[in-house]
Amino acid sequence: MDLELFLMQLFSGLALGAILVMVALGLTIIFGMLGIVNFAHGALFMVGAYAGLWVASLTGSFWWALLIAPIAVGAFGMLVERVLIRPLYKRTPDDPLLLTFGLGYVLVEAVRITFGTDGIPFSAPESLQGVVDLGIGYFPLYRLFVLGVVAVILVLLWVALEKTRFGLVVRAGARDPLIMRVLGVDVSRLWLLVFGLGVGLTALGGVLAAPMRNVSPEMGTLVLAEAFVVTVIGGMGSLLGAVVAGLLVGVAVSMTALFAPEMATIVMFGLMALILLVRPQGLFGRPGVGA
Amino acid sequence: MSSTSHAAPAALRPPQAVGEAGFLSRWRVPLSIAVLCVLPWVLPSQALAVNVLIYGLFAVGYNLLFGYTGLLSFGHAAFFGGGAYITGMAIAHFGLGWFPAMLVGVAGSSVLAAVIGALSIRTRGIYFCMVTLALSQLVYYTALQASNWTGGENGLRGFTVAKADVLGFTVNLLDPMQKYYFLMVFAALALWFVSRVLNSPFGAAIEAVRENETRARACGYDVERTKLLSFILSGALCGVAGTMSAIHLSIVPLDALHYHTSSIVVMMTMLGGAGSFFGPFVGALVFLLIEDVASLWTSHWQLIVGVVFILFVLFLPKGIWGTLIAWRNRP
Amino acid sequence: MTDRKDGLTFSVSRRTLLAGMGAGIGVLAMPAIVRAQAETVRIGFPTPLTGPFGAEAKDQVRSAELAVKLINDKGGIAGRQVELLVRDDKLNAGEAATRTLELIEKDKVHAVVGALSSAVQLAVNEVTRARNMLYVSISQSDTINEVKDFSRYTFHEALNPHMTTAAVAKATFKKGSKVAFLVADYAYGHEMLRGFKRAAAAIGAEVVGEILHPFGAPDYSTLMPRIRSMKPDILAICNFGRDQANAIKQANDFGLKKQMQIVVPVLLHNQRIAVAPDVFEGVVGGANYYWELENSVPTAKAFNDAFRKMYGGAIPTDYGAYGFTGVTALLLGMQKAGGTDTDKVIAALQELKYDVAKGPQYFRKCDHQAVQSVLVLRSKAKADMKGADDLFEIVANDPGSEDMLRSCAELGFPT
Repeated sequence: MDLELFLMQLFSGLALGAILVMVALGLTIIFGMLGIVNFAHGALFMVGAYAGLWVASLTGSFWWALLIAPIAVGAFGMLVERVLIRPLYKRTPDDPLLLTFGLGYVLVEAVRITFGTDGIPFSAPESLQGVVDLGIGYFPLYRLFVLGVVAVILVLLWVALEKTRFGLVVRAGARDPLIMRVLGVDVSRLWLLVFGLGVGLTALGGVLAAPMRNVSPEMGTLVLAEAFVVTVIGGMGSLLGAVVAGLLVGVAVSMTALFAPEMATIVMFGLMALILLVRPQGLFGRPGVGA
Repeated sequence: MSSTSHAAPAALRPPQAVGEAGFLSRWRVPLSIAVLCVLPWVLPSQALAVNVLIYGLFAVGYNLLFGYTGLLSFGHAAFFGGGAYITGMAIAHFGLGWFPAMLVGVAGSSVLAAVIGALSIRTRGIYFCMVTLALSQLVYYTALQASNWTGGENGLRGFTVAKADVLGFTVNLLDPMQKYYFLMVFAALALWFVSRVLNSPFGAAIEAVRENETRARACGYDVERTKLLSFILSGALCGVAGTMSAIHLSIVPLDALHYHTSSIVVMMTMLGGAGSFFGPFVGALVFLLIEDVASLWTSHWQLIVGVVFILFVLFLPKGIWGTLIAWRNRP
Repeated sequence: MTDRKDGLTFSVSRRTLLAGMGAGIGVLAMPAIVRAQAETVRIGFPTPLTGPFGAEAKDQVRSAELAVKLINDKGGIAGRQVELLVRDDKLNAGEAATRTLELIEKDKVHAVVGALSSAVQLAVNEVTRARNMLYVSISQSDTINEVKDFSRYTFHEALNPHMTTAAVAKATFKKGSKVAFLVADYAYGHEMLRGFKRAAAAIGAEVVGEILHPFGAPDYSTLMPRIRSMKPDILAICNFGRDQANAIKQANDFGLKKQMQIVVPVLLHNQRIAVAPDVFEGVVGGANYYWELENSVPTAKAFNDAFRKMYGGAIPTDYGAYGFTGVTALLLGMQKAGGTDTDKVIAALQELKYDVAKGPQYFRKCDHQAVQSVLVLRSKAKADMKGADDLFEIVANDPGSEDMLRSCAELGFPT
């Protein structure tokens, strides 16, 4: 095997990994802060793609879709938190999980009713079409753009969570909501915002993925699986973990593609099972979380 | 235990048990058998009745772990599908008779449950849920790849059991009524077995583990062993349901192993009422009836199922039967 | 949009619910031989109304209902009216088996037509075979032809991968062409690969590589560098539905289409609409039916016109047409047999020569495979489309012949 192909394979793996990170972000943030496993994650991702499609068809611009759709779906997420999730905070962590599972069913079917069972075409904007010569091979410009967006989002998130007062409060709230309440912080509003943020990021992932994968009501099913794998390997709730795990899985899949590409899915789930057994809290998870 | 990342610091255990009491509890096995006897006469079709039998038992097996032991698994399709596949393969590839094949199927799913159980009970809460999901997906992909044995995506075929000789009688399994009552015998035996388990000291042990693991440990229960045994019994019962499904459909679809099947049994158990004896059966019945009737007049039956499920999680977390029982047991 | 709430299914549901209450008694009482004379002929029709192929399924139902209407308008089967019982198989083999059992045991159908996926088809085949029930299958698969799954009660109306790959290869491969394969790793994918490779060997094309991918994979980016490094003239993508759409879309993104011709065993009308025209532009693939056949085949014109009349100007699509040809073939067989007697209908179908939508067809004796024409289509550029339905140009229309099929001996039938 020549070096060029190997390097190209490595690069595709990292690029795929970045997409996986994007896909998993919303799931990991909501779990990390609220302790809720959002089974509607895949469905919300799909709703994001459809929302993007809808905005793009109204405004004729991909860029508006990229901006408006995540905000709109994030707002919808806040509504969900207020109406459906909030009554369950006092119950077991299983209950929000089960509820979001049912919500996933409803969202998929609602999209089928509104937009049809078939997929809908969605292309990258003209300015982002075409391929770029990387020296080791060709790569789609759009995927490079997604890499850039993911990097920007990660930096923004890191700054917001680590360098601002908001981040401080959120992290503290995640660690001990009771103390926060005693300190007079409105924890309930915090959760509302975090849930909205998580859902908005999920939707952004959907809009970004739409020009790469076909937009269809079922597109979220696989996304849910991918996001779980990344989140669990990285450690549920860990931002750094999601990044490392996403890249790791991307490269693993890409290297598998060199000799046994049909095993890619097994490799993903195998890796997840292995990590769970050896280090249940994941690579960067805090032990005890979610237990 | 730590609850650091949780919104709710307290109440991390499943909903309080809503077991039947008095008459319903003492006569639960004969009562269930009586109800089962009537089912094929009142349901829209016998095929649906057989499915209620199968999924009802599947949910009962699942409930042993979820409702009684308090462990939320998202991987029970592995045992249901495993039982079905092993029975089917035993007939199709090794020419076994229907009864030995069913035994092998149940034994196989028990072994599978022992392996997956031993690996997963080391984790807790959400992680337990994820490990069971991941391991069962591995079983799914293994079956997909091993297509020479399992038929892969096309599903397993070629093991139709048309007749079964039982104690000198010949049962015609192509006749829906005969098939129903034939399979009902297995469901009845399984229900009797579950009832015995729940009445035994082991039944008390699993409920103690569910209510408070630390206290159960302090009281001298071997928590790990109790959980594992409960997992295996639960897997074995789901395996029985799986073998019944193989005999019923005369095929094993690959979907039997998919996590969608796992999630269906979770929904059924929740719907009927986790932690009660009849609940899972009621859940399976209602779920299948909604699906069967709704899908005749709309292709959007999933919307109905989803909304109903959400409403139950929000307002009736004890499920249909659990709520009735709670209402009857009210002081 | 989705409007399957045709009055039919609802009225069926109420009636069958009532029937269900009493059904049990009937079954125990007597083998139901004694029935009223003018009893309707009931055809069960399982199809995946729910799920990713909902649009195809809906087209199948519409075509099948048209077939029933046309026969009923001409007096039905020996004076008996025909009724279609549509059921949602949810693209799930277990669900399909249950629905088929219901159709046979409760609704007492005289025959079953349908199934879109290979797994569902084989499940229905297994259930109908054990119960001596007529079944016309309309899903593309090679497995159904083989002796292991053969049922003398089953007739296979759809094309199979062997036929479509041979036709596509004939139209695109040349002696010395370098061909690479991207294959979904499951039975149907491997069947397509086998068909292509066999055709390639016969034509003298060179196979430069094959890459398997997991069934249902959403991302193919990591496979693209390897495909490019194989430097093929032709890339044959052997998968179906969403997998096909994703694979072609991403091959396009990676600029592969500029370097190689992409071919697929089957092009689907509805899937092409679901993806932008520029993605599919130039892709060549096989099909059983395309509406433009009406310019060269008179029965296609008649079928299209009847369809347009019944459904407000809509045109029938590929998988939809299977619903029409499948149901019509069965009903013609019943007409010839003068009723629904299973053995007589089998004999009639074995002798039947029919031309109802796409030129002459008949069922081969040994495996009951429909011998029929195979179309090869090329997806049009957006600029060349004259209307929303003008998706493809017909590259070839190979007339049906048994030479297109694997021989009876190869399938394991005694000769």
